[in-house]
Amino acid sequence: MGAGLRGLLGLWAGKLAIAASRTLGRGGSSFPGRLARRIAPSLTAWLARRQRAGIMAVTGTNGKTTTARMLAAILGRAGYRVTHNRSGANLPGGVTAALVDAAPWLPRNELPGGVGLLEVDEAALPRLAGELRPRVVVVTNFFRDQLDRYGELVHTVELVRRGLAEAWPAAVPGAGAGAVLENAAAVADVAVAPTAVLNADDPLVSWLGEGHGGQALYFGVADPSLGGADRSRAADARHCVRCGYPYEYTAVFYSHLGHYRCPDCGLTRPDPAVVLERAEPEREGFRVRIGTPRGAIEALVPVSGLYNLYNALAATAAAYAFGVPLEAVAQGLESYTASFGRMETLPVRGRDIVVALVKNPAGFNQVLDAWLAAPERPRRLLIAINDLAADGTDVSWLWDVDCERLGAAADESGWIGCAGIRAEEMALRLKYAGVPAARTWVENDLGAALDRALAATPAGQRLWICPTYTALLELRRLLHRRGEARGFWEV
Amino acid sequence: MAALVTLRLGYLYPDLLNLYGDRGNILTLVRRIRWRGLDVVVREIGLGERPDFAELDLVFIGGGQDREQALIAEDLAGVKADGLRAAVEAGLPLLAVCGGYQLLGRFYRTGDGRELPGAGVLDLWTEAGKRRMIGNVVIETDLWMEEPRTIVGFENHSGRTFLGPGCRPLGRVRVGGGNNGRDGGEGAVHRSAVGTYLHGPVLPKNPRLADWLLERALERRRGTAGLAPLDDAVEVAAHHAAIERARATRR
Repeated sequence: MGAGLRGLLGLWAGKLAIAASRTLGRGGSSFPGRLARRIAPSLTAWLARRQRAGIMAVTGTNGKTTTARMLAAILGRAGYRVTHNRSGANLPGGVTAALVDAAPWLPRNELPGGVGLLEVDEAALPRLAGELRPRVVVVTNFFRDQLDRYGELVHTVELVRRGLAEAWPAAVPGAGAGAVLENAAAVADVAVAPTAVLNADDPLVSWLGEGHGGQALYFGVADPSLGGADRSRAADARHCVRCGYPYEYTAVFYSHLGHYRCPDCGLTRPDPAVVLERAEPEREGFRVRIGTPRGAIEALVPVSGLYNLYNALAATAAAYAFGVPLEAVAQGLESYTASFGRMETLPVRGRDIVVALVKNPAGFNQVLDAWLAAPERPRRLLIAINDLAADGTDVSWLWDVDCERLGAAADESGWIGCAGIRAEEMALRLKYAGVPAARTWVENDLGAALDRALAATPAGQRLWICPTYTALLELRRLLHRRGEARGFWEV
Repeated sequence: MAALVTLRLGYLYPDLLNLYGDRGNILTLVRRIRWRGLDVVVREIGLGERPDFAELDLVFIGGGQDREQALIAEDLAGVKADGLRAAVEAGLPLLAVCGGYQLLGRFYRTGDGRELPGAGVLDLWTEAGKRRMIGNVVIETDLWMEEPRTIVGFENHSGRTFLGPGCRPLGRVRVGGGNNGRDGGEGAVHRSAVGTYLHGPVLPKNPRLADWLLERALERRRGTAGLAPLDDAVEVAAHHAAIERARATRR
């Protein structure tokens, strides 16, 4: 017996909807997954249980997509068969859609070597963890993100804590939940809490280790010289999560990530088992040395930005917790390729565009660091700010971005274009940051803004684009329609 | 214009109350003072400090997360309330946003009926509510007579605030929830002190409100306001964009 009739109906409906959505050229829709969930509520749990090697969930505010893609490369090298919601659709509909898409029309009970690698939104984790029962849950970091959706940062932390607790309730539920679950107990007969893979340098994340029923594995950066300029303004959690007293930092890497200790209650950064010992910038990326209890790996990771090193570190720690050989970890990291919108460079009309998703101050600051460090002169930047639900409807966070550095940067013939629904708010932010009015322009319509920006970028030169999430999707559609970018599901 | 004036801005708890781009309010005040050829210093005021509020020209307090606000409630009531209350009664301009707005009231009543004392600077109180009011807001104020009299911003609060006879609302809600979602008022004004739930932050795209506070500061300092007009085209564009978004996303 497999999924049961209801499960099969849900699966087929989902697969048909995915096929239809592809034919229409509309990637990224979560409708097929939501449809399958509606028809067969326990389908997701059953499909997850088919993955014999288990489920790995990646959550946290920033770096989920990149960390998961690095893990996909690593697990692929290690010979696993990876089912992955690689488009970054990380709400229940998107997670179910990825599992449905990967499953055959008449699934057998188990997929040998199968791993479900699933990026999960923080707020969706409590619900999805119970269905997925992950073996490993990676928590990347907690930055202020879309506060209007979740209330407050500490609330987000509590959601993830609940998710960790839901992942393996005290006993495996019986088949009573529905026909789909009838053989689940046979597949996973031992109830163990998942291994929580936690960022030791983020005090909000490492705090999850306290009171967690399963194992906790910490990762962190050892070398204090990797820290950037201290931007305390973008710090979200500089006060002790337990007692409220300001932390003392001996090293700050960025935002509130660093080596911290609370002088009042004594809460201290846990000693990480997986450690970034060294990172040297090279033209193609960083040459890193990462220590683990089973030995060190050395690899050239093709990324820029310290925050991507944290993603590589998170992926390494998760792979380690999963039991992946270190050699495959190194090979996987080296073969990683960026996804659309994660500072990937792509050719458009004879120009190179670099697209970097922005969604909160810490991430935006890191992208601006990279833009300011890039060699192009004059500098060109197109920022596209939307305020739809998936972007966060509150654009206040723009005022926490360190735009003041841009005043001096938009020199001579450089410019910064502002696009999207809230282009005017961005232009206002730049005005108060001291960017001269003559160096900025506003064009709400992203298509028109893109045309204008490309026209103002000489052939062979680079244009940087920073969109919020829905602006990124729109940009991808625009490029796709003009035959410039690959389809959504291929990315 | 009179001899060079240096305005002194007091910024309460910048480390603890920095939610929702609060520093944009300070940035706006600083820029708009300097653009007029005046000078400004920002004095950051932390836990335990007991500044002479009468010596300041304008005070700002922002919002924070619950954990931070609990720390501050104690400090405000214990160390700062008396000095701040006296200065506000003597005409000190003040802007309090969101959590800071609640903290300056008489008390906060929690869901289980306990009353946490506030600083008592403004005659208002807040009761815990179940449903959060979240979204873009447009209000209409009578703080000044010329158009536009709209103030725009973003609210995100579950507390319900009610005004006593010592305060009047900053404006009437056109779009959004406001103080309590019931009486149509948003914010509070007492003498030259303004409280509001609008962040976003509130001053950059409401330049008239920023200038109203600066005028009160200059009047108190040198007897006349005399603020030179500025080119606010970018501010006005953002103001109108926010009104459009409010109309499109709520009600």
